[in-house]
Amino acid sequence: MKVVKSIDHSVRINDFVIKFANVNGTGSASANHLFAKSIFRMGIPVSPRNIFPSNIQGMPTWYEVRVNENGYLGRKEAVDMVVAMNAQSFLDDVNSVEPGGYLLYDSSNYLDTAQYRNNINWIGIPISEICLREFSNPKQRQLFKNIVYVGALIALLDIEFSVVKDLVKDQFAGKEKLITSNVFALELGCQWVKENIKCPLNIRVKRANKLKDKILIDGNEAAGLGCVYAGATIAAWYPITPSTSLVDAYSKYCHRLRIDPGSGKKKFSILQAEDELSAMGMVIGASWNGARAFTATSGPGVSLMSEFLGLAYYAEVPVVLFNVQRGGPSTGMPTRTQQSDLLATAYASHGDSKHILLFPANPAECFQMATEAFDIAERFQTPVITLSDLELGMNDWISDRLEWDDATAYDRGKVLSADDLGELEDWGRYKDIDGDGIGYRTYPGTHPDKGAYFTRGTSHNTYAEYSEKGEDYVEGMERLQRKFNTAVKVLPAPVIKPSEQNSLYGVIYYGTTEPAMDEALNILKNQGIELDAMRIRAFPFNKDVFSFIEHHQRVFVVEQNRDAQMRTLIINEGDMNPASLDTVLYYAGLPITASYISKTIMDKLQKLIPDNKTFIERRSTKGSSDELYCET
Amino acid sequence: MSYIAKPKFHHPKLPVNDLGLTQRDYEGSLSTLCAGCGHDSISAAIVQACHGLSIEPHKVAKLSGIGCSSKTPTYFLNKAHGFNSVHGRMPSIATGANVANKELLYIGMSGDGDTASIGLGQFSHAVRRKLNMVYIVANNGTYGLTKGQNSATTDPGSKNKKGVDNALEAIDIAGLALQLGATFVARSFSGDKNQLEPLLKAAIAHKGFALIDCLSPCVTFNNNPGSTKSYDYIREHNETLNRTDFVPMKEEIVTHYEPGSSHEVCLHDGSVLHLHKLGDEYDVGNRIDALHYLQRKQSEGKVLTGLLYINTDTSDLHEIENTVDKPLNQLSKADLCPGNAVLQNINESFR
Repeated sequence: MKVVKSIDHSVRINDFVIKFANVNGTGSASANHLFAKSIFRMGIPVSPRNIFPSNIQGMPTWYEVRVNENGYLGRKEAVDMVVAMNAQSFLDDVNSVEPGGYLLYDSSNYLDTAQYRNNINWIGIPISEICLREFSNPKQRQLFKNIVYVGALIALLDIEFSVVKDLVKDQFAGKEKLITSNVFALELGCQWVKENIKCPLNIRVKRANKLKDKILIDGNEAAGLGCVYAGATIAAWYPITPSTSLVDAYSKYCHRLRIDPGSGKKKFSILQAEDELSAMGMVIGASWNGARAFTATSGPGVSLMSEFLGLAYYAEVPVVLFNVQRGGPSTGMPTRTQQSDLLATAYASHGDSKHILLFPANPAECFQMATEAFDIAERFQTPVITLSDLELGMNDWISDRLEWDDATAYDRGKVLSADDLGELEDWGRYKDIDGDGIGYRTYPGTHPDKGAYFTRGTSHNTYAEYSEKGEDYVEGMERLQRKFNTAVKVLPAPVIKPSEQNSLYGVIYYGTTEPAMDEALNILKNQGIELDAMRIRAFPFNKDVFSFIEHHQRVFVVEQNRDAQMRTLIINEGDMNPASLDTVLYYAGLPITASYISKTIMDKLQKLIPDNKTFIERRSTKGSSDELYCET
Repeated sequence: MSYIAKPKFHHPKLPVNDLGLTQRDYEGSLSTLCAGCGHDSISAAIVQACHGLSIEPHKVAKLSGIGCSSKTPTYFLNKAHGFNSVHGRMPSIATGANVANKELLYIGMSGDGDTASIGLGQFSHAVRRKLNMVYIVANNGTYGLTKGQNSATTDPGSKNKKGVDNALEAIDIAGLALQLGATFVARSFSGDKNQLEPLLKAAIAHKGFALIDCLSPCVTFNNNPGSTKSYDYIREHNETLNRTDFVPMKEEIVTHYEPGSSHEVCLHDGSVLHLHKLGDEYDVGNRIDALHYLQRKQSEGKVLTGLLYINTDTSDLHEIENTVDKPLNQLSKADLCPGNAVLQNINESFR
């Protein structure tokens, strides 16, 4: 190991970022997950991120793991260690290490490290050589390279070997041969390091008790499970990254929990449609017929579904849609994350259409909002679109446990039974009897003589009859607006995190910006900048959103798109003064970071209040924001 | 179109079916299509067929896309729920609806533009999925509502109203359905209700995807000399493959057929279809023969009508999917929600 002398070598426990650089399709993902989960099992907050290409085999792929005892788990740019297993991306990977950081590489072939950087620590381990010597099967020689470097990390970072061993046992339960060979590979890596390198390194882990009963789960898994709990019986979908694993999760739990024990038949149906248009049509058809149905997609799918979303809005058919956002426009960055479908979903489809949106910020909320989405969609007889993103959908997050209250009844909305219909003299599907904008539905086949009507996307009167009369049309459109106003009252309210002193400045954010935002608020606080913060959780907006803005001189809207779509939506819907809302935008495809948010806000405040130098001076004495954070 | 409201009175001695309902109980609102439109005859045939089969009107779901054809569900079965969806997308709505509740009868009404152009993909995949439904294409080879553009089923060489020949190839909807695995494929002519009604009854009794490609002339935009979808042309070139008699399960078979002249097909619900062969011999249970025969007759300039293919020994989407017997839309929370205790175990798997 080549050690850098000139850099500060203070020990950092449970606070570092390690990046694995691999070749896609070489089995690295499960080894890297094993590493991350081991740290989780040691009670240390950890956030793994799979940064993968749109490719099946051969292209570079990375897996970043941030370890942070304080529980700040947003992405951090500064990488303390790289496990460089990909020749193709080697130079970039070497350059991505922070000065004084570590580069672990396979030293089986000679590498003149002097050709590269001398301000990082080089850790050469003959990984291929070890595998070639110890395994005879060519497939094993390849796959176990990954396990050998995990073994090496056990020694280098002081991970408890027994924790990793138990995980392997859990993962391969019942497959003794696999357990033995994997544990052997772990030992090989661990042993080699112990014999050849002074360890542990200055960055290392130590068992903590920070996680209590938390779980490590991705948002799509939680949302798919939420659909099972919500009583969804039909999933209609078309495969698209990064939403596919949501339907996969629904399928997995349905096959486990929804098979009728007597007959072996399914209490669900999963329809793989020919495209997203059809997927949405199936959801509408099923919901119209009284089943709970949903689809999951990403931006390109939403574009195709827009035609049908307009129909569902106007004909008032419940729809539950999960949009796991990725980078747009067009095919965009299919394997990168963004929050860029806000406007495309809020106003999806031609004419005056608008839709209810939910913004989950963590897996527990994915589960919760998945269950709520069905209630809201049926109660308001309209599409409900849950907007998560690749960062939340496909990466493991430390999360609160998922909870379900067994006393919860499904809210199926205003649906008339045969008995109800029998008692009614007069019924019109789109009559606003209760003044809340919501009419009474009937399912097909309910009553022999009453309750039949025509569901249509054409203009209609309150009896669902085709009408081109202006007053009929306007009455319907105004009622739809009334319905939205009713919805605001029951949609998830924003979460407000006030500063200690009421600040003149506020910040609005939503979805996966949360972990980075929490950390940024702390960084800013240490710079003497206190901000009131509000996380929006639904559209149409709660009145608190607008009053929050009115009560601040300026509000920063932090989001992960180019065009400040949330800001636009707020200005448009609340008739807000654009000058009161400033932007903090990050949309390069990786999750937004705390240092980016805090730096952007500080720069903007500096321009805004140049006379107030207090926080700027403090900033210059304390160094970079990341280091600042580490001191706290 | 007519402007007066449809009268509600009827002859006191109108025949009633097993449910005590008259044909009037199966009618819809007054048609707003052009006088003489072939589509109105299809609506009338549906009314007769459903009445004749004693189907409870409210146990039918009638679905359509956009176009003249797709307006027709308003003109039959007023007591049934209707869904006038968006252009070319009725098959996906029907798929979702059917999966949610297998107990209703699904009648899809579409046109040649709705099925063969904008909705070709959805149509094809609904066929592939073996959806249990009756899918009727009111096929007039033209876009009526937008004033007479050619459609994808306009035959090459067919003249439009302005006398211009169509240069493009036509999509044969019946042929396509055969290729894609439809288990009931018929072609009929809205001008021949005696043929259409029993075919409709058989399609309703059939379990699986039943297509009726029903030639249905557009009197306003495609009934001109030189059009291959005009009343005159179809009457002149119609070659009827067979005549069908539909005998519901409950009825005793009283008619006697000469041996060799008819072929019996037993349907899922126990009903029997008697096929009287009129043209050349071929087995309606043989898909390859049907495809071949259809194309041969087309090349001879004939319009082949009748039951082209039937396969009663198949599964529908629900059987393929292995869904529970009870309709999915009738399952309760107790059937569907695993409860918090199970959820806590699942949580443990993420520890």
